[in-house]
Amino acid sequence: MKALLSGNEAVARGAYESGVVFASAYPGTPSTEILENIVQYKEIYAEWSPNEKIALDGAIGAAYAGKRSLAAMKMVGLNVAAEALFYSSYTGFDGALVIVTADDPGMHSSQNEQDNRYYAKFAKVPMLEPTDSQEAKDFVGLALEISEKFDAPVLLRMTTRICHSSGVVELGERKAGVPERKPFARNAMKYSMIPGFAKRRHPVMEQRLKDLAEYAETFPHNKVEWGDRSLGVVANGVAYQYAREVFPEASFLRLGMSWPLPEKLIRDFASQVDKVVVVEELDPFLEEHLKMMGIEVAAGKDFFPILDEFNPGIVRDAAYKAGLVKETVEPQKVEMGPLPPRPPVLCAGCPHRPVYYLLKKYGLVVNSDIGCYALAVLPPIATTDTLGCMGASIGVAHGINKAGVEERAVATIGDSTLWHAGMPGLLNVVYNKSNTVTLILDNLTTAMTGHQPHPGTGRTLMGEKTVKGDFEALARAMGYEEVRTVDPLDLKETEEALKASLDANKPAVLITRSPCIFMYEKRPGLYEVDAERCNACGRCFEIGCPAVVRSEEIHEKSAKAKAEINTILCFGCSVCEQVCARKAIYALEE
Amino acid sequence: MKTTNFALVGVGGQGVLLASDILAEVGVEAGYDVKKSEVHGMAQRGGSVLSQVRWADKVYAPLVGNGEVDYLISFELLEALRWLQLLKKGGTAIVNEQRLPPLAVSSGGMEYPGLEQIKKALAAGTGEYHLVPALAKAEELGTERATNVVLIGALSKSLDVPEDEWLKVIERRVPEKYLELNRKAFAAGQTL
Repeated sequence: MKALLSGNEAVARGAYESGVVFASAYPGTPSTEILENIVQYKEIYAEWSPNEKIALDGAIGAAYAGKRSLAAMKMVGLNVAAEALFYSSYTGFDGALVIVTADDPGMHSSQNEQDNRYYAKFAKVPMLEPTDSQEAKDFVGLALEISEKFDAPVLLRMTTRICHSSGVVELGERKAGVPERKPFARNAMKYSMIPGFAKRRHPVMEQRLKDLAEYAETFPHNKVEWGDRSLGVVANGVAYQYAREVFPEASFLRLGMSWPLPEKLIRDFASQVDKVVVVEELDPFLEEHLKMMGIEVAAGKDFFPILDEFNPGIVRDAAYKAGLVKETVEPQKVEMGPLPPRPPVLCAGCPHRPVYYLLKKYGLVVNSDIGCYALAVLPPIATTDTLGCMGASIGVAHGINKAGVEERAVATIGDSTLWHAGMPGLLNVVYNKSNTVTLILDNLTTAMTGHQPHPGTGRTLMGEKTVKGDFEALARAMGYEEVRTVDPLDLKETEEALKASLDANKPAVLITRSPCIFMYEKRPGLYEVDAERCNACGRCFEIGCPAVVRSEEIHEKSAKAKAEINTILCFGCSVCEQVCARKAIYALEE
Repeated sequence: MKTTNFALVGVGGQGVLLASDILAEVGVEAGYDVKKSEVHGMAQRGGSVLSQVRWADKVYAPLVGNGEVDYLISFELLEALRWLQLLKKGGTAIVNEQRLPPLAVSSGGMEYPGLEQIKKALAAGTGEYHLVPALAKAEELGTERATNVVLIGALSKSLDVPEDEWLKVIERRVPEKYLELNRKAFAAGQTL
């Protein structure tokens, strides 16, 4: 049977077909849909873990217990999970483990453009890279077989365009014959990495890498496709597909396994073509290895960009500049003047918006975190000074306050992000006594990646009821004396609590709790502007709500545009009503 | 069979992704190899959305670059201009006559392009373009949510795929209770 599957759906299907029984992840674009699809297969236990390291520890445990397991994460998630990757490379397993890392060339939804192929080399583990959905499905099974055979975790590197592109996939059945579970073979010398034992594992790993390099020579997806031998293209991942379109006649070496590399196969290929070019997204990982082997690369990163993701047009332009193709596609030039941009914005009614409105009013140094509220960096809110990675907000605010600045530094962090990486930072503030106020923007879900449950929601990925983590109790247990909870849609209450938290001049937690608008069945209200009363003061525009727009009606005295509410977008949060001094904004009956 | 590249563009929440799912599955039904590419995540928050679908005997790349798209289906006027450079010389644009002013216009200082300016750019950048009242048709049928299927109906006229194949996929993709509505929406699109 065939089906049109995205790369992420295909990985989930691959996990099902190849007998995976344990799967864990933390949501992160572009990897989120892997676990969201795995959960439909009843044979697999699936969980959202609080962060990627915990997800990987769990999958390692399942593999120690003799099972086939999978952990999935976006590429920066592997930074969080790196420590687990490294110890598991030393220990190996009786079962098998595939770690999916979804890289994001082009940074569609990420804070950097790191190339996780280096992790394979760094941690001395094999890495497979599919070029389409069919391979994404098949490579899960291959990765698990390699993991079993070589006693190593295997990285499966996806990229945004593999994750979120769909193609036709041949479906199979769940594999018979994979033992549901081998008995747990206790072996502290292999599974407990004290220095004395780790020293004995290191040479085993080095030998494993040599054995894997030998295996790579015959790995069926390291494949030579002979064409015209005047040009030999070495490519991997989705870049292979682009290069295939740009060089339809050329010979190809397609590397489905990007670490360790099949040196004999590469040398053999290079010696039989006139010219070798390397087409790979992001860093010159393959190119550097070829050069180290003494192979001349006629075009690599000097033509095919190191920045951003590719498409066939970009590859063709680069090939044209390198003199590899005779023509390129000239896009039409149509004169149309500057177009107004349409970046993503916080939704109308979003409970994060009033919090930033107040932080701006008090001129605070705002250190923020990963979530929808990252949109507060940009206009119209533009109230964020620093934003680094999951959990960075609190530690950075603490450092700024300890170093001393004229304004106070505060941290803003979402609920899921706090569970993920915020807790140690929160503890540090109170332990090392800085006057940092941490605002926990609790919208009761993991909003940005599509409303996944987390440890504060009382639900699991598999739909079971469970305990609800309690931020107030957590802060008190850490030693916080200043703990406040407000509804951020009540501006007055929130402002008073913010002032009190700042005035206390000691470690403080302010929880702003209101559900994400996607959690309502219907909008709670709808507002309208009384144009007679509106004096075009512009205060409601300062909130930066997409539903509050400039009217065509101009106020006579000030010659400024009056306000108007887009009744389709308005969610009824009432924040504009609260800031209007003229009481010109009022609730409508729906 | 001829390689055909489509780009579907619009604003988050307009139903662009469902329309591209339908288009991709119709390609499979019609016997093509098909790939589809879109970006999730931040794009949902009212931002500009682009999805590409490719039909061919064998599709390698899941997307194409500027100047390589045969059909640009835009759910919104401004977005048609934003993505016009994707269209190849002589390509076709089907554009829903709907204006959704972005924040830069509604509360910022920028101007939304005028209809004459939009027509001029479309005339210069396409072989042919069709401004279609897909939103108005969908509203006549009772819901703006059917705009995407009206546009699919409008596109279907240009493609050599039997009507049955389109309806078969729509039946599969749309919940039972909205089926009749979407059949009508598809038929309405065919008249535009």
